[in-house]
Amino acid sequence: MMKPLLVVFSIFTMPFALLADQAAVRVEPSHLQGPRQLQQQTATAAIRDYLQSWQDLSAALAQNRADLLDPDFVGTARDKLANTVHEQAALGIHTRYRDRSHDLRIVLYSPEGLSIQLVDNVEYDEQVLDHDKVLTTQRVHARYIVVLTPAEMRWRVRIFQVDPQEGAHLKN
Amino acid sequence: MRSRLACLLGGLTLATVQMACAEGGSMDLPTTVEAGNAFSIQCTGSGKAVLYIVGPGQALRRDVELGGTTSFPAGSLYNAGHYLVVLVAGPSTGSGSLNVVPASQPADLSFLARPSRLPVGLHDGISGTVYVFDAYRNLITTPASVSFELSPPSGAVQQRTMVTHDGAAWTEMDSTAKEGVDTFKAQVDRVSSTRVVEQVPGDPCGLRMAARQSGPYLEVQTDPVRDCSGNAVPDGTIVTFTENYGGAQSTVDVPLKHGIAQVEMPAYNGARISVASGVVLGNEIQWGR
Repeated sequence: MMKPLLVVFSIFTMPFALLADQAAVRVEPSHLQGPRQLQQQTATAAIRDYLQSWQDLSAALAQNRADLLDPDFVGTARDKLANTVHEQAALGIHTRYRDRSHDLRIVLYSPEGLSIQLVDNVEYDEQVLDHDKVLTTQRVHARYIVVLTPAEMRWRVRIFQVDPQEGAHLKN
Repeated sequence: MRSRLACLLGGLTLATVQMACAEGGSMDLPTTVEAGNAFSIQCTGSGKAVLYIVGPGQALRRDVELGGTTSFPAGSLYNAGHYLVVLVAGPSTGSGSLNVVPASQPADLSFLARPSRLPVGLHDGISGTVYVFDAYRNLITTPASVSFELSPPSGAVQQRTMVTHDGAAWTEMDSTAKEGVDTFKAQVDRVSSTRVVEQVPGDPCGLRMAARQSGPYLEVQTDPVRDCSGNAVPDGTIVTFTENYGGAQSTVDVPLKHGIAQVEMPAYNGARISVASGVVLGNEIQWGR
C-alpha cells in the first residue's frame, strides 16, 4: 500500500492540514461565471468540505454504510451513493476508493449564493472486493463536476458526477 | 475451472475497446453507454462466469454463460459515471471500464431563484440559476439553451436566453416598477420550472405632510404615501413626526392607515415639525411666526 503524499499548491492559504494523510490537492485560480464575488473564506470552506466528502464516500462504500454519507452529501448525490451502498451490500461486494490527487477549480458561485460548482480533475484508486477477495484494483483519472449547496454548518455535495464530455479512464 | 475468457460487449454503445483478460482471452468493452439504454454483453469462451459493473453510481452483478449473450434491459445502468467492469470465471479475472453518459433529453430542472420578495425597481435584483438534468437526475453537461422569463401581472415580460456551461446557466433581472406577484420561469426545451417573486413597494418617495390648527393642537397629516414608482406604501409602515420647540423635542411614531399617517401635536408658535419614514426624510413645517 502506497503512502499518500500531501502536496498543496494553492492560491489560497487553506487549512488542509487536517487532510495531511490524504491526497495531493491543487487549487487553481477561479474563473468564475456570474457576478457574485467569492470570498476566500467561502472558497476555503467549500473545498475543505468537498475534500472531506471523499473521505466519507470512501468509508461508506468500503463499509457499505449509507449513514456515513449524511454529513457530506445531500439530495441527488446522497440518494445515488446510498443506493450504490445498498446494491453493493446485496451483492456481497464492497469497494475501496482512495483519492490520490485533486486538481480543483471553482467555476460558478451562483448569483443568489445557493450553489458553488467546481470541477475536479481527480486521480483515485478503485478496488472491487467480493467479500475479502480482491477482484480488481485500478487507478482512474476523471473530471468530476460537483455542485455544493450550503447547509447549517457546512457545504454539502448535491451533484457529484463524472463529466461525460471528458469521461474517465484507467491510468494503467 | 479453467476458462478462456473472451467477452464482447455490444448494444447501444459508441465505441469499444479491447481489454486483456486473464488466461490469454480478451474483453471488448464499450467506451460509453447512454444512461438508461439497453445494451448486451456477448462473452466468448465456455463455462460460467460472473460479471460485475461497479462505480460510485451503481453496482450490478450478472451470472453469465461464456459463449452466450447477456442482455441488460433499458433502465439497468442509468447513473452517469465511470464504472469498472470485472469478469470473474473461477480463478480468472478480466477487467476494464466504461462510462455512462447522461441521456440527451432534458427531463428536469433545478431552479434556484432569489429573492422571493423584494422592492420594485431594483436593477438586477432578481437572480436565478438552473441546473439541467435527464430523466435519471444526471446533470446534462452538453450546452443547452435556457430561456428565463419574468412575467409581472401586467406589463412587459423580461426575457433572457442563456446557454448552459457544465450543466448550469444563470441570469439576473430587474424587478419591475409595479408591485404584485411575478412569475419567474426557466425553460429548456419543453421542461420548465416556475418560481413566484413578490414585488413590494419601495421606500416612500416625496413624503409630504400638512398641518392645520385645531384648538390647542395641530392636526398633522401626510399626503398618501407612495414609492418612487407610484405604488402605495403598505399600511402599517411607520411614519415618524418630530416637533422641536424651545430646545425640547417630542417624537411620535404612527403607522400608515389607509395610505396616510396623522397625529395631533401641541400647537406651539414657532415650533418646527418634520416627518420621516425609515431613512426617508419628508418636508418640514415651521408653525406660526
